[in-house]
Amino acid sequence: MHSSLSLADIPVGSSARITSIVTIGPNRRRLLDLGLVPGSRVDSIRRSPAGNPTAYWIKGTVIALRNEDASQILVDTRGVF
Amino acid sequence: MTVNCHIVSTEPGKDNPTVRNHFIIALAGNPNVGKSTVFNRLTGMKQHTGNWPGKTVIKAEGTFYHRNRRYTLVDLPGTYSLHAGSADEQVARDFICFSRPDITLVVSDATCLERNLNLVLQVLEITSQVVLCVNLMDEAKRKRIQVDTEKLAQELGIPVVGTAARSGQGLNRLKNVLGDMVDGKIVTSPRCVVYDQELESLVQQIEPRLAIYMPNWVNRRWVALRLLEGEFNLLNHIPHNALMDYPRGEIKEDGALCLL
Ligand SMILES: Nc1nc2c(ncn2[C@@H]2O[C@H](COP(=O)(O)OP(=O)(O)OP(=O)(O)O)[C@@H](O)[C@H]2O)c(=O)[nH]1
Ligand SMILES: [Mg+2]
Repeated sequence: MHSSLSLADIPVGSSARITSIVTIGPNRRRLLDLGLVPGSRVDSIRRSPAGNPTAYWIKGTVIALRNEDASQILVDTRGVF
Repeated sequence: MTVNCHIVSTEPGKDNPTVRNHFIIALAGNPNVGKSTVFNRLTGMKQHTGNWPGKTVIKAEGTFYHRNRRYTLVDLPGTYSLHAGSADEQVARDFICFSRPDITLVVSDATCLERNLNLVLQVLEITSQVVLCVNLMDEAKRKRIQVDTEKLAQELGIPVVGTAARSGQGLNRLKNVLGDMVDGKIVTSPRCVVYDQELESLVQQIEPRLAIYMPNWVNRRWVALRLLEGEFNLLNHIPHNALMDYPRGEIKEDGALCLL
């Protein structure tokens, strides 16, 4: 049951590890190319005033994701500090 | 520098009477890694640089001379991939793929190589004429990150040169490597990404069929992979002299691809 949490759910300032990406085709490809690869660590660093998009730190770079994209990325926050 | 590729001993042009001395080099890489800084250093021009990504939107051209050769350098927009998902990716992809530069120089960030190598592998799927410039070596040093460029060259099968472009460090060596490459003194043997068995067997079915349509087109494997992703409009871009006839593709219900 631990894998229903998505990147869109984690609060700013917290970290998580990607477990899976629940989309297919070009959209999946695009997220993978941005460095959102299962097993990778992601830090949520800033949310825009409107609440969307959110900036994440992933593999050494800031990447801004819309909530629609972030909710496709399932994460696990256990053991990630 | 030791590269996992063999050195050809013959003099350039010895058995080739038409020696070229003008070469096109494409500059590709992730956003904000210093492509335009490398470009400016090599050409003496003043392309827009600055510390935010996405500054170079259309491709810029410049020229430099080295060891009696003329080089036209083409500064491409920064992208994380070559999947033509955005206008920038399309510009970069089309240039590398269809304008056939003599060398594609991929500039990368020494402080986050893992992220940068994704694009390197994608470029290597399109062309074997690739040189990797690991830039921002000064920043890496400051962050106590060590980059073993020799090991990287062995792993990738292409020349790798470490640089700190803002101060100009490593750029002479970069020019020498580019020169050795166009002179045929360095021959690469790029690492090829091998996919799972199902995909590889489909590629093996499609590739020979493509050979009938595009006998002069070198990277049919790459075309086959794009067709499997459903990117049929790619075929519109392939130069006509590489095509015998116009191939059309179709995905059957069971997921298999057939060329009509
Ligand atoms: N410390 C350091 N800074 C560098 C180096 N190379 C480039 N920079 C700086 O990095 C920033 C980005 O450089 P650009 O050349 O604009 O990067 P780019 O890859 O062309 O960026 P886009 O066109 O936006 O993708 C600038 O502030 C440069 O001065 C380097 O080797 N060391
Ligand atoms: Mg630039």
